[in-house]
Amino acid sequence: MHEFHFWPTLITIVVIFCALQATAGFLVYVERKICAYMQNRIGPNRVGPYGLLQVLADGLKFILKEEFVPKTADKGIFLLAPCIAITTAMLSFAVVPFGATDNDAQAYQFVIAPGLDIGILFIFAISSLAVYAIILGGWASNNKYSMLGGLRSSAQIISYEIPLGLSILGVVLLTGSLNLEDITWRQTSAGWNIFFQPLAFLLFMTSAFAECNRLPFDLPESEQELVGGYHTEYNAFKLAMFLLGEYVHMITTSFLMVILFFGGWHFPFIAGPDAHWIWKLIVIAGKVTFFILLYMLVRWTLPRFRFDQLMGLAWKVLIPLALANVIAVMFVVEFRISPWVLLPVSIGILVGAAAPALRPMNGAEPIRAEQ
Amino acid sequence: MPMKDEDVRWVKAPRMGLVEKLYIPAIMQGFQTTLKHMFSPNVTQQYPEEKPKLPANYRGVHRLNRDEEGRVKCVACYMCSTACPARCIDIVAAPSPWPDREKYPEVFVIDELRCIYCGMCEQACPCDAIELTTLFDHTGLSREEMMFDKEKLLSVFDQTVAAGTDPIRTRSGKLSIASEPIASEPIASEPKASAPKV
Repeated sequence: MHEFHFWPTLITIVVIFCALQATAGFLVYVERKICAYMQNRIGPNRVGPYGLLQVLADGLKFILKEEFVPKTADKGIFLLAPCIAITTAMLSFAVVPFGATDNDAQAYQFVIAPGLDIGILFIFAISSLAVYAIILGGWASNNKYSMLGGLRSSAQIISYEIPLGLSILGVVLLTGSLNLEDITWRQTSAGWNIFFQPLAFLLFMTSAFAECNRLPFDLPESEQELVGGYHTEYNAFKLAMFLLGEYVHMITTSFLMVILFFGGWHFPFIAGPDAHWIWKLIVIAGKVTFFILLYMLVRWTLPRFRFDQLMGLAWKVLIPLALANVIAVMFVVEFRISPWVLLPVSIGILVGAAAPALRPMNGAEPIRAEQ
Repeated sequence: MPMKDEDVRWVKAPRMGLVEKLYIPAIMQGFQTTLKHMFSPNVTQQYPEEKPKLPANYRGVHRLNRDEEGRVKCVACYMCSTACPARCIDIVAAPSPWPDREKYPEVFVIDELRCIYCGMCEQACPCDAIELTTLFDHTGLSREEMMFDKEKLLSVFDQTVAAGTDPIRTRSGKLSIASEPIASEPIASEPKASAPKV
């Protein structure tokens, strides 16, 4: 059990809080730049060198704008919703180890709450509260588009929480712990979880995209159909809080992907268990950056799903696959089979899911209308 | 009349194979496309710093051409204002102070806001006195400012010729046959007339 030190913890909290906000703001700029390059444009380049100060300009704009609340809105809940969005997003970062963590109690732990045994449960518990922000925001706006966005979001997030939870069950079973630090430590000796759980990673990533309301699952705010979805009526700093929450969520899930499946701060030959903490920090930052860039790559590559396709994907594809994966892991753990068996099994499950395509075609005759 | 049954061809959506059903190869293909665009050259034109290179036949702001002696080339024949579908050209003719033509425009005003930039004035002009330039970003703070008078239109000529964006395209110096009192030589054999009009 780790001792609780007041001042180091407080300083960590303040630093993380500021760093997350700044990074989230900066990610908006990165996203715009990447989007621009993918569309053969240049992107923001007017404010400061290479447009780097665009973040400040955007922030200033959000702060200085008039705070406007619609007359028919439920004022209390309307103001509460963005607060929930940002709070839950920030809070779930409390147990995420963002650097080296040690069993040595004297060393500095790169996590706000070290040694929390319910680790990943805490993250899921907090981040599933984020749906309230969207539902309440959509409802309190007293606007049809906002309402539709909120409804879609509630259905989507509740559906995708199931494959999200199921997909990490395999990792948890293999490790025998919910603690994110333990999960990282196990991967330094036993190999990264991606080799045993590639299917689970795929499912986790897909569900995480949906949880973050990122394209191709951004139906709650799909601009083309719903104006702005749940944040149609929001402006100024309240809107900024929603957006900030979304980006912080993105950072958190990127960290989770790295910690659960890609060995956290571990990297062969660069950051082993005995490496200096700075190497571990660099490695984990590099990996997280990769996944955030992947988020953006996906956003500007894949088109949005239709709502029934979205639901079909969660209930008909992701959940059965996740269940099959969990059962496979249970067999491996129970009968003490080498976990390497899980690699071909995972691929087998994935290919098997697509196997009905190989079935001989029934009713080869083209459909004819009845007279 | 309803469509005959044999004319209707029923098509079934093609079935997806195993690889397509996995979706992952298709997604990778999508990434390939976006990444390829990411590292290909940009098409952005940084507008205020970088002006577009417009083709010479671009139809922008008008200009009134000068002849070799720097006089206005126009002979106030009213062909342009007659051809103008927007009726934006207002000419007042006066007896010419110069011996080589009968009339010259005392007032020549084009309402640039009313103009539709169709270029029919340019086509109608018998002595190539009015031309449309590649100037496209003229602005004004009032409607009166956008009524371009003779001096303004001549200054557009000076400006565009000096800037080299619209060189003098037509026969310079000589006025056209419409204004020449003595037809010393037929226009077809005039060697200077061969300059192609773009």
